[in-house]
Amino acid sequence: MWLSSLLAGMVRVLVGAQPRWIGCRPAPALRIYYANHTSHFDALALWSALPSKLRANTRPVAAKDYWSTGIRAYIATNGFNALFIDRHADRSVGDPLAPLGEALQRGESLIIFPEGTRHAQALPSPFKSGLFHLATRFPDAELVPVYLDNLYRSMPKGTFLPVPLTCSVRFGKPLERRADEAKDAFLERARAAIVELA
Amino acid sequence: MNAREKFYWLMGGIAALLVVASLIGWILQVRAASRGGSATIDNLNARTRAWWVMVAVLAACFLLGPTATMLLFAIASVFALREFVTLTPTRPGDHLSLVACFYVMLPVQYWLIYDHWYGLFAIFLPVYGFLSLPVLMAMSGDTEGFLERVTKIQWGVLITVYCISYVPALLLLDLHGDAGRNLLLIIYLLLVVQISDVLQYVFGKLFGKHAIAPRVSPSKTVEGFIGGGLGAIAIGTALWRITPFTPWQACAMSTVIVVTGFFGGLSLSAAKRSLGAKDWGSMIEGHGGMLDRFDSVSFAAPVFFHLCRYYFAG
Repeated sequence: MWLSSLLAGMVRVLVGAQPRWIGCRPAPALRIYYANHTSHFDALALWSALPSKLRANTRPVAAKDYWSTGIRAYIATNGFNALFIDRHADRSVGDPLAPLGEALQRGESLIIFPEGTRHAQALPSPFKSGLFHLATRFPDAELVPVYLDNLYRSMPKGTFLPVPLTCSVRFGKPLERRADEAKDAFLERARAAIVELA
Repeated sequence: MNAREKFYWLMGGIAALLVVASLIGWILQVRAASRGGSATIDNLNARTRAWWVMVAVLAACFLLGPTATMLLFAIASVFALREFVTLTPTRPGDHLSLVACFYVMLPVQYWLIYDHWYGLFAIFLPVYGFLSLPVLMAMSGDTEGFLERVTKIQWGVLITVYCISYVPALLLLDLHGDAGRNLLLIIYLLLVVQISDVLQYVFGKLFGKHAIAPRVSPSKTVEGFIGGGLGAIAIGTALWRITPFTPWQACAMSTVIVVTGFFGGLSLSAAKRSLGAKDWGSMIEGHGGMLDRFDSVSFAAPVFFHLCRYYFAG
């Protein structure tokens, strides 16, 4: 898709988005890439750092309230094939993670930000439980920790023009699975895997 | 011989030099391979390969004309500024001033060259740029390390935009001849600076014993500076025909280029060390970043420009 290539190209020129495969290689396996969240550019930057073959089958999970209106919606849907998630969903109505599960079932890899919201800081804040639930339901998916470097400096919260710094996207070793691990211990271990890449 | 013929001779000479360098590198690599290879020789060959690319890009831009040449240096400035800011710790409060550097100051500075507006070109950044940076930063309300933050960004803009823009600014000079002479002057400056760097590196590796500033850069030695510097001055003097200078003037000019270039390399090495990095970036294989190739140029260019303007343009 021309818009996808254009977007990925622009992101690479603007913020570098240089991929560094430290703990794993790019592979078409079913993966959940989870990363620290510091700017609106994160999903786009991580997605642009993937080889184009993998990009087609990898869907960044984006907040519905930010990405689903106007020009943003057009870019998110046609440009980087985003999967929308409703952050303020009423849990009694249904499982907000359902669309993510369906995508994984179809064999699509995901890009998620388990902090839930952006934090303008070098290291990630504690994770919400979404990653744990997905990991439990899909024991075969590889959980790849990703550290996004410098993006919080390129485009801090509340700004709309990115400063063209060189940002790198570091892919770590897929998180090892442990049977019967408690939720909090798992989330803390997942977070530590990102901190290790920082 | 007109400027265009001189240009082709010069490029032929540089290509011949690179052929020799590539051959030597190849022989050294074959000999080192039998002993399990050598990182220094691999780096030497990576550098030579990168030189081929850099010379080809420069030559293509010179053939396309002054506008392409100016754009090339504008792009070099963008990459250099980007490397500088990436290594410099910044805070969210710096965002507006950084946006101004990349999207306003840099384009305007190069537009002024394109527009041949020398008066504003020379003062735009030192006056308007440097005064507006603290204003933009103060507006963010963040006073933590204010002076340091302003200074770092001013310094980055000074080196990567203001100083580097003095290279294409040589196109502004009226040298009493066809415009091709200005392009030759740019090549002359770059050639003397870079050959000086290369020869200082080679002499340093072969004979270097006494480091000039061991804590700043262990690879800069007295032997390397004297041997490499004298070699570069000799080449700069021999090339007097492509310049508006007499042989003695060419000798003096290349001495100035070599010395200021050395100061640039030294100062920027110290800046790099204080930021805790070995190279400014990784975009040019074997060399490091854009700023690693432009560190000497950034100090030599403004001095060379103003000497040329004072004595040879009118």
